[in-house]
Amino acid sequence: MEILMAILVGIIFMSATYLMLSKSLLRIIVGTGLLSHGVHLLLLTMGGLKTGAAPLLGQQAEAYSDPLPQALILTAIVISFGVTALFLVLAYRTYQELGTDNMELMRGKEGNE
Amino acid sequence: MSLLHLAIISPLILAIFIPSLHKRAPKIHTGWFLLPLPVLLFGYFLSFLPGVINGEAAMETLSWIPSLGIDFSARVDGLGLLFALLITGIGALVVLYSIYYLSKEKEKLNQFYVYLLLFIGAMLGVVLSDNLIVLYAFWELTSFSSFLLIGYWNYRERSRYGAQKSMLITVFGGFSMLGGIVLLYLMTGTFSVSETIAMAGEIVGHDLFIAVLLCILLGAFTKSAQFPFHIWLPDAMEAPTPVSAYLHSATMVKAGIYLVARLTPVFAYEGLWIWLVAGFGIITLFWGSFSAVKHTDLKGILAYSTVSQLGLIMSLLGLGAAALHYPEFENGFYTVAITAAVFHLLNHATFKGSLFMMVGIVDHETGTRDIRNLGGLMTIMPITFTIAVIGSFSMAGLPPFNGFLSKEMFFTGMLRAQEIGFFNMDTLGILFPIIAWVASVFTFLYSMIIVFKTFTGKFQPEKLKVQKPHEAPIGMLISPIILVSLVVIIGFFPNIVSPLIEAVMASILPTLLAAGMEFDVHIYHWHGFESPELWMTIGVVIAGILLYKFMPRWTGIYTRMPERFSLNSAYDHGLAGIQTGANRFTNAYMTDSIRTYLIYIFAFFVLILGATLITKNAFALDLANVAEIHAFEVVLVVIIAVGSVSILFAKSRMTTIILLGAVGYAISLFYAIFRAPDLALTQLVIETISVALFLLAFYRLPKKWHHERMKFKVSNAIISVGVGLIVTLIALSAHSSKAFESISQYYVENTYTKAAGENMVNVILVDFRSFDTLFEIAVLGIAALGVFTFIKLRMSRGKEQG
Repeated sequence: MEILMAILVGIIFMSATYLMLSKSLLRIIVGTGLLSHGVHLLLLTMGGLKTGAAPLLGQQAEAYSDPLPQALILTAIVISFGVTALFLVLAYRTYQELGTDNMELMRGKEGNE
Repeated sequence: MSLLHLAIISPLILAIFIPSLHKRAPKIHTGWFLLPLPVLLFGYFLSFLPGVINGEAAMETLSWIPSLGIDFSARVDGLGLLFALLITGIGALVVLYSIYYLSKEKEKLNQFYVYLLLFIGAMLGVVLSDNLIVLYAFWELTSFSSFLLIGYWNYRERSRYGAQKSMLITVFGGFSMLGGIVLLYLMTGTFSVSETIAMAGEIVGHDLFIAVLLCILLGAFTKSAQFPFHIWLPDAMEAPTPVSAYLHSATMVKAGIYLVARLTPVFAYEGLWIWLVAGFGIITLFWGSFSAVKHTDLKGILAYSTVSQLGLIMSLLGLGAAALHYPEFENGFYTVAITAAVFHLLNHATFKGSLFMMVGIVDHETGTRDIRNLGGLMTIMPITFTIAVIGSFSMAGLPPFNGFLSKEMFFTGMLRAQEIGFFNMDTLGILFPIIAWVASVFTFLYSMIIVFKTFTGKFQPEKLKVQKPHEAPIGMLISPIILVSLVVIIGFFPNIVSPLIEAVMASILPTLLAAGMEFDVHIYHWHGFESPELWMTIGVVIAGILLYKFMPRWTGIYTRMPERFSLNSAYDHGLAGIQTGANRFTNAYMTDSIRTYLIYIFAFFVLILGATLITKNAFALDLANVAEIHAFEVVLVVIIAVGSVSILFAKSRMTTIILLGAVGYAISLFYAIFRAPDLALTQLVIETISVALFLLAFYRLPKKWHHERMKFKVSNAIISVGVGLIVTLIALSAHSSKAFESISQYYVENTYTKAAGENMVNVILVDFRSFDTLFEIAVLGIAALGVFTFIKLRMSRGKEQG
């Protein structure tokens, strides 16, 4: 299963990279969102996918799945959400100010600031 | 701090007070405040003379950075004292001269004298330091103060150009010298000059020896304007004439000579040193004298003549270093070159200083320095004319002036070059006297040009800026008169300086002297008819007069060589080329497009990780530890894979957002399958909010959405496939090579007993690792504030510009 997951993570990373290299600002944000999904899955996979009980002591199981990666991912999800939200608003404001979402048009002018 | 240290830094201390003195007493020429200092210092250094002549060196040490072996040790031996006397003596004369030369009303005197004092202090530091790092520090201070002085009239474009050029070239050499000093330290373990000289025999065969030699010589050659680094010196003539007289003839340009002389006992055991120093010296001598003739600006002629004379001294130092290879002291047969070098060093400082001052007077009184406009000044300025005659004839090497004596000794040294029986000197050495003779002819020629084109011939008042030229005021004439008196006195009684020369030679060639022995220098005017030197001098005079008479016929050769191939244009084009090249290079990769930069970053990521995987043979695939695959997991994998790839082909914005949401929800299903209930919950909620946010922004975002697929770009595709591949490979390798067990067993065991909770993930988040959570809350808070600010705060630049 881990090998399958590794390949899946690779595919997600590939799509995310391709999106981030595009011209449209919205696609770049979608790309970063996808990238964080890939990272979270990678974290989970690297923690091991051996089937054990959910990390709840009430389950009284022999073995539990690893709780540490789950805590890390939970933190990461919240942070990437915060960043994505900020990005979105930034993109929105950028469009309002500059009238475009084409990254190729958003270049600094020579000698301008 | 000893008196000696105080003497060295006293000019720097006085420099602090000059601006306030200038302000408090605006009616007095600021130079008068300065004048006593070099006079006092000259007297102070004279007091060392008896001791130095007896072979004693005064040494004072002041601790500076003892942990790095750097201390400010000052050492007064023959070589240091000769330079110190030159610096303070000519310094006093130049200050006196500048008082009459620079106008109190028009010039920024406070700046001028501060720079000049900086220079005097720096130069004293260079010649009296026994520590190489301190020497280097003062060395750079001379470059710096020279830069300030050349650019003194900074409203002139040529001054700024000359200052920048001299700064670039001398600092380039200075850095190279610093490199040499550090390498030398690696070999010897000491920065002390005297200890390095004592270790000279041990370091000759060292691997770094040649590198050190080249680095240090580069520093000395750039400072002393040796070919091909001489090009800064003629442009430095934009400085006020007192500065040219002082820095660019008598003192700073001799710092390189000083360095070569000082380190001769260290390096002279290597043949390369002798060849480089003597070879570059003789080339410089010839090229300088040859180029001087074509100039029409008096200061230009003098600049090239300085270059040429410095080459002469340098070549003598190089040949004289061969004497160190003969341990037995053979009546000074080989050491005569060193004697000549030291003697000429002294002579050059006297006559060149006076000549520069003479040119300054001519410039001051007529308003021009161009020899095409000058002429017939002999009767108008008789004293200046006398100064010019004595200085120039001495420079040309005519009796009875001191230049004649050093020129004769120069020929003697050059003639003996061939007899040095090693380093190919026996065959190639024949070139030295030939080039030396030709160069002397040109030296004679330009010396005559200086005198006769300026002072004889037809008086052309219509070409002069000043209507009625007249003799300079007496104050301006004092300094050059003192200098030419020295020229004459040393010319007639050369042996009054011979004790000093002996002491200097003892510092340049310390190993030659057995205990209690001294060099025995006697300088004679008359060598007898059978001596070849006399006939060489006679030949120089005859050839020189012939060349002078027929000048219009042969000066065409100077125009033969196009300006394009000159060293100056090589420098100019090189400098411009570096700038445009750097500009082009930067413009080539700084495209201002974020896509380009992302490509650099991703490409670097792929390359560096891929290369590491390959070179370290790190890829591993171990199937032993994998969990089994269930059918519904495969279905989820396919859904996510198809979902994330099809985003790339989505046409509309809506499809994109929905596909992203689908991927997110599928992932939360994964979390559920892999026994992570909290994750599944959070992911579900957050994905919902994210999609809602995207949808919220949906109508706000560009109305003109590109309703088309992304254009396919091969480069983007290669990069993204590379990134995906690398991530997969690293994930596989990492999973297949687990180094040790997880620490999670601790959490499993202690979540209830120590933290009173049953949900392990939540206990880790708020108990075991709650700092993460605290700052994650902070991140959310900042993001919320940021969003609020973006929307609310609108100090729109667009409106201002609109």
